[in-house]
Amino acid sequence: MLKTEELQVNIGPQHPSTHGVFRMLVTVDGETLVDLKPVFGYLHRNHEQLGEVNSYLQNMPFTDRLDYFNSMVNNHAYARAVEQLAGIEVPERAQYIRVIMDELSRILNHASALGFLLGDMGAWQTSLLWGLREREKILDLFEYVSGARMMCNYSRFGGVARDIDDYFISEVKKLMQGLPRYFDEFERLLVENEILLVRAKGVGVLPKELALSYSVTGPLLRGSGVPYDVRKAEPYAVYDRFDFDIPVGTVGDVYDRFLVRVEEMRQSYRILEQALQQMPEAEGGHINPKVKQQSLKPPVGESYARVESPKGELGFYLVSDGSGSAYRYKVRAPSFINLSALADMCKGYKIADVVVILGSIDIVMGEVDR
Amino acid sequence: MLTKGELRSILSTEMPAALDQRWAEHAATAEEGHGEENKPVLQQDDAVVNAEHLPAVAHFLRDTFGYEYLSNITAVDYLDFDMIEVVYQFYHIDEPADVRVRVRVGRNPEACVIPSLTPTWPGANLQEREAYDMYGIDFPGHPNLARVYMWDEFTGFPLRKDFPKTGDKYTHVTGAE
Repeated sequence: MLKTEELQVNIGPQHPSTHGVFRMLVTVDGETLVDLKPVFGYLHRNHEQLGEVNSYLQNMPFTDRLDYFNSMVNNHAYARAVEQLAGIEVPERAQYIRVIMDELSRILNHASALGFLLGDMGAWQTSLLWGLREREKILDLFEYVSGARMMCNYSRFGGVARDIDDYFISEVKKLMQGLPRYFDEFERLLVENEILLVRAKGVGVLPKELALSYSVTGPLLRGSGVPYDVRKAEPYAVYDRFDFDIPVGTVGDVYDRFLVRVEEMRQSYRILEQALQQMPEAEGGHINPKVKQQSLKPPVGESYARVESPKGELGFYLVSDGSGSAYRYKVRAPSFINLSALADMCKGYKIADVVVILGSIDIVMGEVDR
Repeated sequence: MLTKGELRSILSTEMPAALDQRWAEHAATAEEGHGEENKPVLQQDDAVVNAEHLPAVAHFLRDTFGYEYLSNITAVDYLDFDMIEVVYQFYHIDEPADVRVRVRVGRNPEACVIPSLTPTWPGANLQEREAYDMYGIDFPGHPNLARVYMWDEFTGFPLRKDFPKTGDKYTHVTGAE
């Protein structure tokens, strides 16, 4: 009589589809996945402990290294937490600049994340390069304004490091002229692509209730049909002044997450349009000049501030003891918590789907391991 | 939707046994002693509950008020008070409302125990493992309470305030043992 035996396989830590140094200990029965244990820690670098030793300003460039695709958003979230702790006011113009950078980040993140997702499905190179092409243009803008392409270190407490000028705005407008064409092209090529449909539809389903209990956020939660977005739920910066929609999925499979990301790029485009239109009337400069950046000593207390990062809810929890460095510095990293749903999403699917499901979560190990 | 501090007053009538009163006097002295240099103070305006009542309070929050999204779990080591505080941040999905629930436990291994929320909120799984890894908090009821960042053979809890910052056996700094 034939009998089957379960087999344990290691995917990673060095594997092109794990998006960094990440290991999955997979138990398979034939090709069907029975159990999955994520293993972390390969990139652990005491980020939170360094945060308790550094001064508040010294931490700002460290936040770049969390989710290195979206350093602008990380800077914004951390600056918000310190501003809340120290009661710093941010001028309107600085808020608009931050929103513009955040939305540009969202477009570049989703463009490359979708490219990587397609790469995981086997559409090697072409779609990824399409995403990276758009990302490159945005990175050039970031370099112009902050001096660095990826490690921007751009926010300061009470504003941003440098003001944006007319050249930057004209370049953003030039970039935006090409974006709708990119979105259309991308959708035309992929949304009804047969290979994508076969690989993504009905794969990695995460039902609504399960998604909520798993505390997942970002496109993963919205793909499961929960219209939850920090930009709407708790409007920070000037997000309450913009008119935009939250795209949601229906089934919660990989395909829904794909569609949610495509649509979110379009919504970011809408926000950018409105932000550029409203910005000339914004009051104040790019930074609050009263804030002592280097010797900032917030009063004793605690704060938790969050923003909608392209990957989900990014939050910083700070406790101050009145000294120049934080008593406790904690990062609520969205991809770390989104990963807790991975095992449940993968069970029962084929081992080849694991790579696609992991790609649809869109993780960055710099943030997961901290 | 609960306003700040409202949960505490509701709990004091609904579940008086759940509220942890031990730290009230500490917080009072901390408020007076604001002039003391570089000392953290304990927050008093949120509900501080006893560890064994945490699951009951969390379920009460979810079922009665609809706070179903457990966003963030953080541990903070208050060495001066010989206590570790764990902060649970809950959000409402439909309303812009959040509430913080705190649990304060002693730092010695026997006292550092909090029932796990993972059976109901599987999203707490990795965050509780992180709190165990970094602070050594035991979460009975957790399906797999293993280290998440440090390797399994590692001893000690690195984010505790009394963990040596230099000169442990891994760094081989002169004079270390």
